[in-house]
Formats: sequence, structure tokens, C-alpha cells
Amino acid sequence: MNANRVMAIARKEFLQVWRDPRSLAIALLMPLMQMFLLGYGVSLDIRNIPLCVFDQEGSQHSEALLQHFRASRYFEVAQPVHTYAALRHAIDAGKCRLAIVVPYRFSQDLSVLGRSSVQAIADATDSNTATLAVGYAQAVLNAFASDVEIRWSGPQRDTLRPQPLAVESRVWFNEELESRNFIIPGLVAMIMALVGALLTSLTLSREWERGTMELLISTPVTGTELMVGKLLPYFSIGLVDATVCVLLAVFWFDVPFRGQPVTLFVTTFLFLTVVLGIGYAISASIRSQVGASQVALMLTMLPTAMLSGFTFPIDQMPRLIQGITYLVYGRYYVSILKAIFLKGSGLGDLVLPIGCLLAYALVIAAIASRQFRKSVE
Amino acid sequence: MGAANKPAVVAENLVKRFGDFTAVDHVSFSITAGEVMGFLGPNGAGKSTIMRIFCGLLRPDAGRALVAGIDLGRDPEAVRSRIGYMSQKFSLYADLTAAENLRFFADIYRVPSSEVAERMRRAIETAGLEEHAQALVSTLATGWKQRLALGCAILHRPEILFLDEPTSGVDPLARRRFWDLIHATADEGVTVLVSTHYMDEAEYCNRIALIDRGRVVALGTPRELRRDPRIGEVLVVECDDLAGAMTVLQGAPWVREVAVFGRALHVTVVDEMRTPGRLAALLRERGLQCSRIEVAEPTLEDSFVQLVGRGPVQERPRP
Repeated sequence: MNANRVMAIARKEFLQVWRDPRSLAIALLMPLMQMFLLGYGVSLDIRNIPLCVFDQEGSQHSEALLQHFRASRYFEVAQPVHTYAALRHAIDAGKCRLAIVVPYRFSQDLSVLGRSSVQAIADATDSNTATLAVGYAQAVLNAFASDVEIRWSGPQRDTLRPQPLAVESRVWFNEELESRNFIIPGLVAMIMALVGALLTSLTLSREWERGTMELLISTPVTGTELMVGKLLPYFSIGLVDATVCVLLAVFWFDVPFRGQPVTLFVTTFLFLTVVLGIGYAISASIRSQVGASQVALMLTMLPTAMLSGFTFPIDQMPRLIQGITYLVYGRYYVSILKAIFLKGSGLGDLVLPIGCLLAYALVIAAIASRQFRKSVE
Repeated sequence: MGAANKPAVVAENLVKRFGDFTAVDHVSFSITAGEVMGFLGPNGAGKSTIMRIFCGLLRPDAGRALVAGIDLGRDPEAVRSRIGYMSQKFSLYADLTAAENLRFFADIYRVPSSEVAERMRRAIETAGLEEHAQALVSTLATGWKQRLALGCAILHRPEILFLDEPTSGVDPLARRRFWDLIHATADEGVTVLVSTHYMDEAEYCNRIALIDRGRVVALGTPRELRRDPRIGEVLVVECDDLAGAMTVLQGAPWVREVAVFGRALHVTVVDEMRTPGRLAALLRERGLQCSRIEVAEPTLEDSFVQLVGRGPVQERPRP
């Protein structure tokens, strides 16, 4: 391998990206767009669920209950309704996802029987949100109930009612249970998979389409020199993109960064090797730019988005799919990123995923370097 | 050229097939070092395929291809630094400047760094690109592009230069200028193999290989080709009614070929009918007025038409 030749190819490739508005947009604008779009758009938390209230009683107690709902950040209490028909209409029209019906015997049951029930009607067209909404409503009701019990078990009756037992859970590493903290580190992986593979998948097919490959093959340049020279600029672009994404994550989205930059750098380098290697191998096999970029997206962004644990938790997938995720290199990088960001893990803590990523990188590099043959056939 | 010179390029029974189609059909020839050899033939005759075999882009299915004494089948990589190639499709980087392209190929071919600047300057000068060295190649006119491509191909001082239709789509003046560059390069001892479908360009070559349907149908100097014994006598006929005369002559059994050359017909006849008298009589018989009927020296175009036929799909006339 000749260093001058590699640098000549790298310089040429960089100039081509620099002068091609489309490539430049992929390299520089796409990461920013993705970061803001997905950073704000993708949130698994459900806040401000529109809530309808049908208060049949209209008493002090029912008002106190509704006050709890209003205070909750999970609910946004919409206009009250006064009939079941109106309630049904509100749900049909999508004005609320959850309706709470307070029965007219609410206060009476509470004081006489010591308990009462409240009806919750959920719009289950989006079953995930419905389940969460009912769960949140339960939590609000529990809070109200204990409030009531504590107040009623005043000095006079304290021997009659035991204090309710409450489980106090403490969440580690992502204390605020912000799904954003969980998603944004993974987003870095997705953006790099997207940008890296998209750019490199075009690198050889562009030469085929423009006819420059034929000339290049007739020169003494070797396949390895071509590969290394062509990938160098994309490595630099990838590392710049990663830096921008991480800085945005930390300083814009306030995601805690508890690890070491060096851990991030080493693992990012490995991940880039895999992604760029895949892009290059595709580019060597498919001679049209459109075809190559389509396949590149299928093999990089799609598995990283779906099967890496970036959006969908792997331990909740069917067994078979869980097995498949071990083949998705994004899985290792996403788990590494989350660990670096949220747990502050160092290289030593991450030996296993880093080892897997390294093995992956070596295999891909070997495939990529063999995929390109110096022949037009 | 002389008998003492070693051949720079040798083809021995080269065969190349693409599926059922035989693009190169047992082609043999050799080019002496320092010679300018022209490949002349219709589109699709196999000129490009032969060149691409020699540049190591395609592997022959049979036969041997030697460049500078090296067998391409054995060691294609050893050949690459000794050849320069200009492909049929313009293939410099259009999004790089002229200077950036030259620099790129200088580095790829490992031109010694002490000489890069000087060789680039010379290449820019010979291409007449002094004022456009920093312009993106995509903005250059075709003639400039072609001269720059030649400059990139000879920057590393190759022994052998392969030029695949380098002047297609270039205006006559730029073509002329390009051929001056080819001859200047050959004068420095570089062997040149150039393909073309322009007859006038073929005349600039030391030797010509006429190629048709994957075969070399004739090989020799332009003069030898014009005198090929397979070509009959050519009579020049000038008539008022060219089309009428053409129809009449094409019907005569002793006429091999009638072709329009400007305002005259070139009529190739079998040897026994070489005198103009018989032809004149026939035309007069049909009431056609012809001002001039005489025996002519066959041109290269006559031999091309005779030996190649008019196209790759057309059957060659068999006398």
C-alpha cells in the first residue's frame, strides 16, 4: 500500500463530496435534521393525555379528586361533559383519550362504605397509550385514596385504619425516567449508520456511472489503496458528525454524559468501520447509485432503527427476534452508547459489546476489501 | 520501425465472448515499438473490446495478449504502470479542476514528486489550458477535455498509449490539433494504438488494422490497404442523375460495389471490366448523361467499404 496514492484518492474523494451539494447535505445537514427531528419527535413518555370528566355528583369530594387529575402532568383535563352521549361523542371525535366518570354516590360510598369506584373509559384504538393512560389514572386515584385515608384517619379514628403500604421505587441511571435520555444516545448510532452507509454506498457506484472507474482500473492503484483512500474522508465526516451529535445531546437536549470521551471515540471508530465497510461492500457490488443507496439503507439504518434496542426494548421482543438482534451490529453500539452516557461505563466495563463490535468490524473489512475486483466484467 | 525493434503489443489469437456474442474472434497482430497503429472499423466491430483487453479491463477467453513483453493473463498489474489509457467515454473527474485531475493521476502513477510540478506544467501547456487550469473540468469544451485526458494518460511517461476513439465528437480543428499531440508523443518513442472511425484520421497512422465483426480483415500501411488485391478496380463516375446511375450500376453483375463520394460515384468492378468503356456504354444505353468516367486510385474509404461492408449487421458482399 502506497501512502501517496491513498492520500491522492482521499483528497480527490473529499473534494468530490465537498463540491457535490447532495453529498454535502447528507454529510452535514442530515445529522442536524435527524437530531432535532427525532430528538424532539421521538418520545416514549406520554404527557398531557386529553381527559374528559363526567362528574355525576359535583360534590366537594369529587372536585378534590378532579383536582388531583388537574395537578398531574400526565393529564390535560378537557371540558367537562354531562351525559354519557356527550362523553362518547368526545371520545369519537378524538377530544379525549380517557374519560373519568364519577358516580353520583361517590361521597356517600366513601364515607359509609369507606370505598367507592370511579369508572375510567379509555380509547383503545391506540392500545399502548390507552394502557399507559389507565395506569397513570390508577396512580392518580391511589394518590387521592391515600390522601383521603390519611385525612379521615385523623386523631379520632387512627386505630381503625392501617396506613396503606406504599412501594417506593427508585430508578437508577435515568432518574427522571426521561425517555429522551434513553433515546438520544441511540440516535447517535442511527444517524451514523444512516450517513456513513449512504455516503459510502455512492462512492464506487458514482465512479461506475460516470465512467471514471474504467480509467481507475487501468491504473496501477490496488484495491486496498482504493478502499482505504476512499473511506478516509468518510471516517473524518463520521467522526465530525458523531461529535456534533454528542455535543447536541449533552448541551442542547441535556442528556447526562457520565462516561469518558475516549470510550466514546474508540467505540465510535469501530462502529464507523462496520458501517462504512458495509457501505463500501455494497458500492462494490451494485453499480448504480440509486440501487446502492437503497440497499445500504436496508442493511444499516433499518436494522439499527428496529432491532438495536434504539426504540424497541430487545427483552420485550419475541425470542426468535431477540436471537436475530445479536446479528445486528447496531445493538452493540446502542448498548455501549447508553452505558457511556447514562452509566458512565468505561472501556473495561464494555469488553463484551466492544469485542463483538470489533469482531464485526474485522469481518466486514475483510468482506469489503474482497468485494471490489479490478475488472469491468 | 525496423525488424530489430521488439514488438510493444502482441495479440495472439485473442478471443472474447459476451454470452453468445463473439466480440473478438481470433485476432492476431503485433505493434512495433514507436509505431502509431490505427484501429479502423464500424461501431461494434470489437475495437474497444480489444483495447480494453490490453488495458487489463477484460480478460480474454482464449489467446494471449502481451504488452511490453508481459503476458496480461499472467501479470495484469505489472502492465498498468507502463501503459496509458483514454477510454471511449470521457472519464476524467468532471467535478475536479484540470490541475486537480493531473495531480491525481500523477500521484496514482507515482510520478516522482520532484518532477510532478514540471510535468503538470508541460501537460497544461501542451493542452493549451494555461488559463483554465483552475477551472472545473465540467466547464471545459470537448477539445480541451480530450487534450487534458491525453495529458493525464501520458503524465507518467508510459511506453504504450491506448486511445479509444479519442476524437469522437470533437470539431475538425481540435481533431487536427489532437493528432499533432499524438504524433508528438509517438516521436518521443511511445507506441500508440488508436481507434477511430474517421477515414482521414486513419491516414495519419503508420499502420492500420481494419476490424469488422471481431476480426482483423486487413492490416497494413494506409498505402498497402488501398492496394489490397481484394479490392477490385475503382472507377469514378460523375453523372447528372447520380441516383439513377447508382440503380443501373447496382444491377450489373460485374459491379461489386457502388458508393457515393461527394458528387461522384465510386464504382468497384471486377478486374476484367476495368476499362471505363463498358460502363460508359451501359449508362448511355439507359439514357444517363455522365460527364466523367475514369479509373481512379482507390481511397482508404474504398477499401473500407470493400473489406468491411457498411455495418456490423450487414453481410459482407461476397464476389
